Amino acid sequence: MLSVSLKKRLGELDVEASFGRSGPGVTALFGPSGAGKTSLVNMLAGLLTPDYGRIELEGRILFDSRAKVNLPPQGRRVGYVFQEGRLFPHLSVKGNLAYGQRLAPPESRWASWDQVVELLGLEGLLERRPAKLSGGEKQRVAIGRALLASPRLLLLDEPLASLDAQRKDEVLGYLSNLTRHLAIPVIYVSHQPGEILRLADSVVRVERGRVRGVDDLDGFRRLLDSWPKERLWLS
Amino acid sequence: MDGILAAFSLTPLESEALRLSLWVSLWAMLGSLPLAVGAAWVLARHRFPGKTLFDGLLHLPLVVPPVVTGYLLLVVLGRRGLVGAWLHDQLGITFAFNWKGAALAAAVMAFPLMVRAIRLSLEAVDRGLEQAAHTLGAGPWRVFFTVTLPLTLPGILSGMVLAFARGLGEFGATITFVSNIPGQTRTLPLALYSVLQSPGGEAAAQRLCVISIVLALLALLVSEMLARRVQKRLKG
Repeated sequence: MLSVSLKKRLGELDVEASFGRSGPGVTALFGPSGAGKTSLVNMLAGLLTPDYGRIELEGRILFDSRAKVNLPPQGRRVGYVFQEGRLFPHLSVKGNLAYGQRLAPPESRWASWDQVVELLGLEGLLERRPAKLSGGEKQRVAIGRALLASPRLLLLDEPLASLDAQRKDEVLGYLSNLTRHLAIPVIYVSHQPGEILRLADSVVRVERGRVRGVDDLDGFRRLLDSWPKERLWLS
Repeated sequence: MDGILAAFSLTPLESEALRLSLWVSLWAMLGSLPLAVGAAWVLARHRFPGKTLFDGLLHLPLVVPPVVTGYLLLVVLGRRGLVGAWLHDQLGITFAFNWKGAALAAAVMAFPLMVRAIRLSLEAVDRGLEQAAHTLGAGPWRVFFTVTLPLTLPGILSGMVLAFARGLGEFGATITFVSNIPGQTRTLPLALYSVLQSPGGEAAAQRLCVISIVLALLALLVSEMLARRVQKRLKG
């Protein structure tokens, strides 16, 4: 169970969002760039502190402004795949993957090395340095690295944004296969309806910092059909 | 070491000064390294009142006459100095007129150079990588030692080489603080100064000059090699 209710003032933008999710599956945060989606996931990960609100994940309170609880990122067990991958350049792919795995408490490790390596097709990349990887390979490693820390929630912040169409398709294939195997909730940030239709089962629409609506996939599809093309932020 | 020095047929004075120079610079470099990393960290990552003053004080040895630095060291850390007397009585440590004092003088003089190099490198580290490490479960210390420090390594290495080279050339603060004692504080520059003071010392002076130049060149070559290797490791 994930329940989120947050408020944060960021310069001109007032981010105010409430949403929840029970059980595994992919929730998409959908909205134009600048809507505050990245700020939202940063607050879930503990990289940005909300002004008010509460975040609860599987019975653990990660943040509560009233009770003055604010777990640091390293105490949240929230996996994060960044737009730009952020692989450690001084470590091999193997070293990157192992980084979080070693830090997860042994009793709560659920991610298996062999399975993650297989699902993301990382076998042939293990000895390489991040600088020697293609964009798609980098993102696959970043996803594997986040998973191997055995998180209780996985955040993906536009992981395909920096890839060309072909690479996008490649990583998307891996992702949709992977998310079917996951027993944790996933939050997928994107402004591309195509990616969302392929991955998500629930969509939180965000505009100018506010949640405009929550739809299931059918509802989202109907909504897209009813919108004029220019509202889709197709880039 | 003696064998190598003999192969270049150095005189006892020369080999003693050379060995002492290397020893003093080495300790100056190693001793100031942790402090320099700490100071660079504070300057690169923190804002606090008096930061400009702190930065200025750190750079002072770079801009005041070395004699002033040496004199201040003598006042503070000499055997009758404020801190020196306490160190001598309580811990049995003396810096006055021995190689430790020479190393300390070299360290103080080289400190700003080392801090600058490390600070630049620290500021270039992508904070996003540190954030990523945090989300993977690493606490602040682990992030520092497994992400920040390795990525700062090029700056640390160049800072170390700069400090070492600066230590080899240190003269003014050393001679003021710990005098010119053969075998204790008479490093290459001080030996050079001594032979120039004695009549007919030109030939000896020229040889010491050559030794100094060769040593400095070697230090630069080694640093270049290390830097290239580290770059390669980081960039893959």
